[in-house]
Amino acid sequence: MTSQVLADLPVNLIIFILSTFLGVELIRHVSRLLHTPLMSLTNAISSVSFVAALIVLSETTNTFILTLATVGVALAFTNIVSGFLITERILRMFRPRNKEAKSSK
Amino acid sequence: MSDLATLSLYLYAVSILFFILSLRWMSEVKTSRRGNWSAATGMAIAILTTLLVYMIHQVDLLVAAVVVGTIIGTPIALKVPMTAVPQRTAMSHAFGSLAVALVGAAEYYQDKASIIGNKDFLTISILCGEMVLGFLTFTGSTIAFSKLQGIIPGRPFIYPGRIIVSLANLGIAVGFSVYLVLHPSQSFVLPIIAAFALLFGFLLVMAIGGADMPTVIAILNSFAGMSAAALGFVLDNKILIVAGSLDGSSGLVLAIIMSQAMNRSFINILFGGVGAVKKGPSVIAETRTVQGYTPEDVATILANARSVVFAPGYGMAVSQAQHVVKELADVLQSRGIDVKYAIHPVAGRMPGHMNVLLAEANVPYDQLYEMDRINPLFPETDVVIVVGANDVTNPAARTRKDSPLFGMPILDVDKAKTVVFIKRSTGPGFSGVNNELFYLPNTMMVFGDAKKVLTELITAMKSQ
Repeated sequence: MTSQVLADLPVNLIIFILSTFLGVELIRHVSRLLHTPLMSLTNAISSVSFVAALIVLSETTNTFILTLATVGVALAFTNIVSGFLITERILRMFRPRNKEAKSSK
Repeated sequence: MSDLATLSLYLYAVSILFFILSLRWMSEVKTSRRGNWSAATGMAIAILTTLLVYMIHQVDLLVAAVVVGTIIGTPIALKVPMTAVPQRTAMSHAFGSLAVALVGAAEYYQDKASIIGNKDFLTISILCGEMVLGFLTFTGSTIAFSKLQGIIPGRPFIYPGRIIVSLANLGIAVGFSVYLVLHPSQSFVLPIIAAFALLFGFLLVMAIGGADMPTVIAILNSFAGMSAAALGFVLDNKILIVAGSLDGSSGLVLAIIMSQAMNRSFINILFGGVGAVKKGPSVIAETRTVQGYTPEDVATILANARSVVFAPGYGMAVSQAQHVVKELADVLQSRGIDVKYAIHPVAGRMPGHMNVLLAEANVPYDQLYEMDRINPLFPETDVVIVVGANDVTNPAARTRKDSPLFGMPILDVDKAKTVVFIKRSTGPGFSGVNNELFYLPNTMMVFGDAKKVLTELITAMKSQ
């Protein structure tokens, strides 16, 4: 067995399968009211690919590879910043009736 | 494994816990903000852990990239109007998938020697799959963004044989991937794979109409997540696998909900070209006529109503009418009239779009009723006001077997005592089908821009 990726495959597959099914169950229970902020949130979460870009950045001194990784870092970080900020901004707008200033009740 | 590397795995585990709790807390509005903060905390832990374990020598590049990301990301998040959130979402899928595709390419060049030396077919296979998915999601999302932003027309770009041409591009990308797997030293094919994957994503979404975007965005979301998870396999990074598959399954669940709400399959949405302009005799001349009413007529009806339901659609977003809708709702409520909002799952241009627009206009979320909850209430409703929605209210979906809409779940607005339908013209909806609702005796058509009509309606009500 020469490939590290192959050696790690069984455990990683288990993690992948479990978290996919966990994801399906979690998302099914998200209120339909919140599907838009949910999308911006999961997008921010998957921008953990920032971490992958960091790892590649740390491994190399080759200019071309560095360039690819640096662009990856910038793109992923853009998503982290804008993803969490816009989710917060959207969620702040959701108010129940009793908190409305000019409630008719 | 060094102590530091072991510690990092525990810290990644904490980070994963925060991500999972985050999605759990997103299940209801009350805890949703905690959910967002939880995910942000998890992200911060993941990043700091990585910086701790992996020595970054090119700190200047890292800082520059982070600064650029902050400069681009912050104004997008803080300034984008709520009507444009679908575009922002498409753009973030484009950024995310491009990042993953580029990092995948970088990893190939970095590991090329060991891949060739070890005959590591698995690594190169996963990398190829991940890059194809990442690059096609990048152009697909960019086109979705351009259509939503109005940079290019929203209607599908249709030509004979387009499905074969699209799939041929995908086939070439996959074919060269197989070649690269068998001959990993042949780096020159990597740009070819990228080019054809990019072209496939472009052609695929060009042929999809604007109103199908809620499903398309969800599918692209799923692709972006899956490609991130694939990268996690190559780097043996557990947190990337977990976060990527959570994102991937989220997109998938949303896509299924959206396609069910349109009673259409993924294949039909991706390749059906629905929404194309029909030419010539295929459009059947409509002989029935529709009588138009004025806002004053509607004000008279509303004066005697006890309950009113608004049914908003994408047209409300286009004419920015959500604030006027809320203003009218306030007038109605001040007269003791009960007000609700009926939200169809595919109203708007992304999942949940209408809820966000109405929340922005200060509509309390407990007045927002999803389709299954509002439909039983329509028979007891005095007046339904349809603002910028069309196909999702067409009763033909229930009754006419020959209609393309047949079988699609709709808002049963026709069961209310009176339906007020605000519309620019009598033209058909996105599906190209005439709305049977226009010709029902209990329907009052009011022609004009939604915002203008509603403003006149408020004036008429106040002068009563």
